[in-house]
Amino acid sequence: MATRLHRELADRTAGPDSLALQVRGLGRAFDGRSVLRGVDLDVRPGEFVALLGASGSGKTTLLRILGGLDIGFSGTIRVPTARSVVFQEPRLLPWKRVWKNVAFGLRDSDARAKARAALDEVGLRQHADVFPATLSGGESQRVALARALVRAPDLLLLDEPFASLDALTRIRMHALVAELWARHDPAVVLVTHDVDEAVLLADRAVVLIDGHLETEVDINLARPRHRGTPGFAAIRQLLLAHLGVDADHDSPPDPPGPPDPHQN
Amino acid sequence: MESLTSPVAAATAEAPPAPDGPQAAARPRRSGPTVEVTGSPEANNREWVRWVRRVLALVVIVVGWQIGCSTGLIERHQMSSPATVVRTIWDMTRSGELPDAIGISLERAAKGFALGIVTGVVVAVIAGLWRAGEDLLDTPIQVLRTLPWLALIPLFIMWFGIGETPKILLIAIGVFFPIYLNVFAGIRNVDLRLVEAARTFGATRRQLIVDVVLPGAIPQFLVGLRLALSVSWLSLVIAETLNADSGIGYLMNRAREMLQTDVIVVCLVVYGALGLLFDVLVRLLERRSFRWRRGFTGN
Repeated sequence: MATRLHRELADRTAGPDSLALQVRGLGRAFDGRSVLRGVDLDVRPGEFVALLGASGSGKTTLLRILGGLDIGFSGTIRVPTARSVVFQEPRLLPWKRVWKNVAFGLRDSDARAKARAALDEVGLRQHADVFPATLSGGESQRVALARALVRAPDLLLLDEPFASLDALTRIRMHALVAELWARHDPAVVLVTHDVDEAVLLADRAVVLIDGHLETEVDINLARPRHRGTPGFAAIRQLLLAHLGVDADHDSPPDPPGPPDPHQN
Repeated sequence: MESLTSPVAAATAEAPPAPDGPQAAARPRRSGPTVEVTGSPEANNREWVRWVRRVLALVVIVVGWQIGCSTGLIERHQMSSPATVVRTIWDMTRSGELPDAIGISLERAAKGFALGIVTGVVVAVIAGLWRAGEDLLDTPIQVLRTLPWLALIPLFIMWFGIGETPKILLIAIGVFFPIYLNVFAGIRNVDLRLVEAARTFGATRRQLIVDVVLPGAIPQFLVGLRLALSVSWLSLVIAETLNADSGIGYLMNRAREMLQTDVIVVCLVVYGALGLLFDVLVRLLERRSFRWRRGFTGN
């Protein structure tokens, strides 16, 4: 944490070369329909940014561009060469055993050892030699996470990686991602429509509405966070307001965790 | 509580307030007629009964056939009895006539089958992976496909005479189309999301083809293989019956001229048994290749 803070201070004064990600005037249109327009975004090394938006706001399109999966955009982006993606679905090759999926595309001679170490980190060491079909949804997504981390990315792109998981698994995955991020220190861009997820994990939330970046909200809460962390509810409500949701009527009836002083 | 409430009771239960609050009380709970289902776990264990029934059906047919022949209901020169067929198989095996013929026929089928599969897969991979390949190859193949391949026999005899070449080529061409069509479709149906993911994880072009696209096309290839198998068998029978001096088809033709009904029936039985055997083999291959699909954990 100390190094992170130190680096943040250094980055404030540094030029664009010290950014993990720089986006300038990004636009993307499909068949004349504009999906992204005039997007500017900077992400510092090691920073965790949540990209919030409703369905169709263009957030996945933005992430695909950052991941190099879409080159039909206008404007410029500067991204690290070492970047990897965790998709909404695990996207594992069903005919390859788990460790081979993790090691897929690695050129290193010790790819197998690296893959096993990465699987160990996500708690799936004992599943290294099985086929993906035997894994649960949460386990598959952890394999996808290991596959992304084994490449030691400077930029980790997460495209709603928890969206299709059940609520309990999602809570565990949030903790795992927070832990792995703290240990490996990549810059992270997390695409999500879940405001709670953004407030739990990110240093900064960026709200995307109709293909345009509307607002940025710094989330300066102590870590590790939970829904009862002081300030959580206030930021949550602020972000919901930016997303055009009336928080008074849409807040969950019974928030988990200890009672929140800001709610009353 | 819910299941005990009759429709009438539900309708009259509107007045008293429910414990959930005023909103819940305003709406009557819906409740229709119910049915009681008792689970019968033994229903899962009746697979052997079905097997017995299947075998029984076959036994009844063979026994009926034998009775028909023995009582003279079926005339001898029209159809041989099962007992006669078994005896003829034994005689022909001892003389070496039947094994020789089977060997020759199998060799023809294997050669034509191998040739058809190799060309089918190669052409389908070229057309499946590259747009230019598709444009150049797929259109002529689709046009040729509409031609019944057995109609090529006269042309083949004019080109290659009546030796082994036209027979093997006829089988190969019959096999080529189902293999080509299925492998091509298999390649084109590979999940684009997997290809995309593989690209972001630094797959080389070779890895993309060998590790992602081709394994993804294997299920469809096996479908083609099974179709190709029956096609090759059909082509073999036709090719051998028209012009041959060896093989099962030749035996059958000679038997027709000499009015040996039992030999004809034996040849039919052999054709059928071998066809069945190959189908079983492909199924086993299918099961092996799909270990990853069935969730086999390796222990």
